[in-house]
Amino acid sequence: MFRNKDRYLSFLLVSPSILAILIFVYGFIAWSIRVSLSKWKGLSPDYTWAGLENYLSFFSDPRFSVDVRNTIVFTLVFVIGSILLGLLLAVMLDQGLKGESFFRSLFLFPMAISYIVTGIVWRWLMNPATGTRISGFNLLFHYLNLDFLINNWHTTRTWGIAAIALAAIWQMSGYTMAMYLAGLRGVPQELREAAQIDGANEIQILRYIVLPLLSPITLSALIILGHMSLKVFDLIIAVAGKQLPLDVPAIYMWQLTFDGLFYGRGAALGILLLISVAILIIPYIGYTLKAEAKQ
Amino acid sequence: MKRASLRPIRVSKKWLYVPLICMAVFYLIPLYIMLITGFKSFDEISLKTMWDLPRGLHFDNFFAAFEKLAPSLWNSFSMVIPAAILSSVLGSLNGFVLAKWKFRGADIIFPLILFGMFIPYQSVLIPLVQFMKAIHISGLPGLVMAHVIYGIPITTLTFRNYYASLPQELLEAARMDGADMLGVYRHILLPISAPSFVVVLIWQFTSAWNDFLFAVVLTGNTQWPVTVALNNMAGSQIIAWNVQMAGSLLAALPTLLVYIFLGRYFLRGLLAGALKG
Repeated sequence: MFRNKDRYLSFLLVSPSILAILIFVYGFIAWSIRVSLSKWKGLSPDYTWAGLENYLSFFSDPRFSVDVRNTIVFTLVFVIGSILLGLLLAVMLDQGLKGESFFRSLFLFPMAISYIVTGIVWRWLMNPATGTRISGFNLLFHYLNLDFLINNWHTTRTWGIAAIALAAIWQMSGYTMAMYLAGLRGVPQELREAAQIDGANEIQILRYIVLPLLSPITLSALIILGHMSLKVFDLIIAVAGKQLPLDVPAIYMWQLTFDGLFYGRGAALGILLLISVAILIIPYIGYTLKAEAKQ
Repeated sequence: MKRASLRPIRVSKKWLYVPLICMAVFYLIPLYIMLITGFKSFDEISLKTMWDLPRGLHFDNFFAAFEKLAPSLWNSFSMVIPAAILSSVLGSLNGFVLAKWKFRGADIIFPLILFGMFIPYQSVLIPLVQFMKAIHISGLPGLVMAHVIYGIPITTLTFRNYYASLPQELLEAARMDGADMLGVYRHILLPISAPSFVVVLIWQFTSAWNDFLFAVVLTGNTQWPVTVALNNMAGSQIIAWNVQMAGSLLAALPTLLVYIFLGRYFLRGLLAGALKG
């Protein structure tokens, strides 16, 4: 039923977008790779070939190992926290309680706010000062007689990045809740009823019927949140600025390039970040499109 | 008998309100702090009383914050609105073609477009800045361009999923009546695309409004959007905390209002971002 003219026209309609993506995504990635293989240092471009020098430099760079470590800690706390909290909230909201949509909207609203705003408010809440200058969560803990919970938050030595992950959980757990809620709605009612007739209680139904059916959603959440934590940038900047103990690859790339003018190394770090994201995302896109084609 | 077996469960479910309300309090804490701190007068600001309600509603902080942020709020609006509209229109056209008028290679092009949605922008940042310099586009127009182009993957995905869910007969009937391809789009698909446009417009509005990375590389201080201006305001030691909190609320307000009034559509955009239409 397609005429030739239409085929031609359809390609014409999408070509501006395809061209834009081709240039701004793939062209720019290629260009970044070229920069990463150059000796470019300073304001004016210098494409003198440097081979893998810039990449190899990170292996002996102590700041890079801090970044890797921080990214791992952040990812673990943020991803596990958001998934558990999101699942818990979704299961509670799926019980058909009154006020469900109110709670759902409430748990999701942080998603509408920028990381910058979240970071500024959380910096105020995670104020590490003690004694007469105690404030924020620490002051709240003191009021509630929970003094043992008082801590240094993001200024904690070595583990400070985990406090930033808490703010990220606040912001993103509504997202996982929404994903799980959508999944829970898809669990056929007959399955639950059948299990009930067989004598299973609510907890058993959840454990043996519902949770296994939600595992594709957990996989999506792991990948989406995992790739977000590789890219974390704004939130840390807003809470703490650019401080070495809270450094991550995205901030290091920024400082190398725009503060230090080490364009070659900055580009190499950007590409390393891209590779780590691609390892997660490319199989995910393939898997999703294949699953869709099967339907 | 059924009623008897369900009853104990019903009673126990009421207890779920306890954790739910605790969680609600947790989610509201930052909003509470922003609000009460923003409404306090200058002499009420003390660390000791930071959790207490203000003694009255003082708008001075909001005026002070607005005075500082007004130009950047305006910059944000003037950048976000064209960016959202343009990327939505492109997304709709792409979605239409990729769902219903596949040309050869469309199945390869779609995942290639999708990947653009996930890339860490650090991997394209240096070329982006160089490119904008080379074509002499700077400041807000450059930022609009970046948001439009990097927004294409998600807008295309949303529209493609929606159009793919429509029955093919709908299109065939129109073609029987002699409509050509553009006619099918204009007379059949466009009129029923409003909900998807709302989803995509909201999504693009929110993500462009909240963006920090592109804004900070592509704009200078007279053209800063509100995220950059707010971050700089918060970084300076001379601006009082209550003004910072009022400023944060002002910066968050446009997207919060969109969320409050159009939350349903916001949620659909969110799920599309996880590739789950």
